[in-house]
Amino acid sequence: MIPPSYAIRNIAKRKITSTLTILGISLVVFVFAGSLMLSNGLHETLVATGHPANVTVIRRASQTEVQSIINFDQAQVVKSAPEMSRDENGNPYLANEVYVLISLPKRATGDEANIVVRGVNDMSMALRPNVKLIEGRMWQDPGSEIIAGRSASERYQGCGIGEKVRFGARDWTVVGLFDAGGTGYESEIWCDIIQASDAFRRPVYSSLTLRLADTSQFDSFKARIENDPRLPLDVKREKDYYASQSRTISTFINVAGTVISFIFSLGAIVGAMITMYAAVANRTKEIGTLRALGFSRFSVLTVFLFEALIISLTGGLVGVAAAYFLNFLQISTTNWDTFSELAFNFRLSSSILIQALIFSLVMGLLGGFLPAVRASRLRIVESLRA
Amino acid sequence: MKVLKLIWKNAGRHKLRSVLTVLGLALAVMAFGLIRTFIDAWYAGARAAAPDRLVTRHAVSIIFTLPIAYREQILQVPGVKDITYGTWFGGIYVDPKNFFPQFAVEPESFFRVYPEYVVPPDQMQEFLQDRRGVIVGQSLVDRFGWKVGDPISLIGTIYPGDWQFVIRGVYYGENPDIDETAFIFHFTYLDERMRQETPGRAGQIGWYILRIDDPSRSAEIGARVDSRYDNSWAETKTETEKEFAMTFIQMSEAIIIGLRIVSYLIIGVIFLVLANTMAMTARERVSENAFMRTLGFRGYHLTGLILGESIVIALMGGLVGSVLLYLVGTGAGIALSQFFPGFAVTLPTYLGSVLAALVIGIAASIFPVTRALRVNIVDGLRVVD
Repeated sequence: MIPPSYAIRNIAKRKITSTLTILGISLVVFVFAGSLMLSNGLHETLVATGHPANVTVIRRASQTEVQSIINFDQAQVVKSAPEMSRDENGNPYLANEVYVLISLPKRATGDEANIVVRGVNDMSMALRPNVKLIEGRMWQDPGSEIIAGRSASERYQGCGIGEKVRFGARDWTVVGLFDAGGTGYESEIWCDIIQASDAFRRPVYSSLTLRLADTSQFDSFKARIENDPRLPLDVKREKDYYASQSRTISTFINVAGTVISFIFSLGAIVGAMITMYAAVANRTKEIGTLRALGFSRFSVLTVFLFEALIISLTGGLVGVAAAYFLNFLQISTTNWDTFSELAFNFRLSSSILIQALIFSLVMGLLGGFLPAVRASRLRIVESLRA
Repeated sequence: MKVLKLIWKNAGRHKLRSVLTVLGLALAVMAFGLIRTFIDAWYAGARAAAPDRLVTRHAVSIIFTLPIAYREQILQVPGVKDITYGTWFGGIYVDPKNFFPQFAVEPESFFRVYPEYVVPPDQMQEFLQDRRGVIVGQSLVDRFGWKVGDPISLIGTIYPGDWQFVIRGVYYGENPDIDETAFIFHFTYLDERMRQETPGRAGQIGWYILRIDDPSRSAEIGARVDSRYDNSWAETKTETEKEFAMTFIQMSEAIIIGLRIVSYLIIGVIFLVLANTMAMTARERVSENAFMRTLGFRGYHLTGLILGESIVIALMGGLVGSVLLYLVGTGAGIALSQFFPGFAVTLPTYLGSVLAALVIGIAASIFPVTRALRVNIVDGLRVVD
């Protein structure tokens, strides 16, 4: 066999051409990995928002909390279900919440975007263990004080600690900031449920979030609620509920990312092909010599293919390395399923890393195959004469 | 003429390489054009906006409703010629993934304020007489195979329950930017049922559309409308239709920015492919260029030859790419018509794509040109490759 170092030395010899080809492939891999990281980040943010033991109840067919309306009587029936988990005083672990969107100007651009205001009760924090106050305090005067998610406070005017926001014909002071472990709650403002109902004149709840005494009772609980003719409600595991909220936008990112990467990769394959054909043409005499020395057609084919794979893998590594820095970038965009703005990060995972490298190798294989075949088919005599 | 012939011959010397380069460029030019077209389609709503229309909505956010009683009051504001109102219905047709916008409107004033939604007069008559009637866009009809007279049932997400409609007419847009995917029905149908089931939600609408007599006074008229409801429970926010459409577009700004970045990266890939080819060419022709210099050709001749070859290849890539763009763009336009009504490749996009290829052709020749000019004749002739 021809030693692999032959291929590597050849790549190093033609510096400009190799660099240009590697850069081309790395750009494609960068875009490919970037789009996967975006949809992964979105998915992880929303899935992490749901707690595995929590159950979400919204009005039947309403899809999201913002469309849902649950009246007090219905909530009362749910509260009395025997599957409910209760604290030592017999109070059910149930958060009845009001969920509304308000538009506020963003700090960066001054453009308005929709932010969630969630009116919460005493159980809301207990049901979401990842929500923690990191600065300031909880409201003392619920009529005029609110707390804001970390990401909301960074992005919206008036949402920083000590600042004031106006909605529901009142001015509210932000007295605390909370962290929610990178979940969707960080893009929200929380206030007291009674005050929210009053300010927004919504004498109803948007959703109920609750915990069951035993998660295995989910099916019986769901059946009990959904079959009750008094209750036009849907019962979902909170994780499923939040996962379903990323559907439209993550489908969009996936489809757009795949289509763009595909067309884009054809360009890179062609680029690799040009480089490899030139490599074969420039080394015709050399290939003839190798063959005359007794190296088989197969080993010529292998070494040229190896050269193409090394080029594309290097491109892939450069592309993934560049994409790694996207990890530090936060994106905020309107989630089309909920109509509210959500902040999330690009997120690299080992599966994306592997997919990106395989993608680059496939490009190298497709781009290098035909030129390698040509190299292996050269006739010894003619090529030595070239 | 002789020079052009020489350029052409040079470009054809490595046929396979030139063909591959042109192909690579063409693919990238097509991708670039598709992304530009996609971004254009995103702004179709803003382009379709008329300067003499204002939108009045609840100041807190679009999810809050306004009382229907504002209608008469706003009509009193000087400068307001006409008014119509509507609300977002958000029903599900069979499955949530069959999404299309549904509006409950006051029909007569709606079609007066939006003359670009064209409905045949006989269908319009039928529609006005049927409280459950609905006018649907041409592209919805194409998508679901509906026809006039079909019953349609929607499940309400905001307004609970099953809702029965009958298609009474099909509208089409006066120009390509008009959304032909809307489902437009009588507000009274919605409101009567609300009055019976949840009286608290009756008489509430999502927005008013105002027609004004002088577009240059839109800010002033809007401010006058809003000041009327200052400190009331339902404060309003009035802006031009274009501004209103833009707030929706800006909500997805991050995605648009991402696509724009990708479109520049594509230009980067085109550049790399062509620069690669030109760099190879330069390496192969060192001795040949030196030979031409001894024959008396000057530096600018060589520059012209290399630049010319690069531009020829780039332009061919641009042209082939435009043809691909036309084919794929037309196909994509049909496939995406339900989601992006305005998806059509425009002349500026074609020109922009070809221009991008041209600029890249020039840029890619910089390195080979400097190399050809730097090598002195003796060194060049000495190369034995």
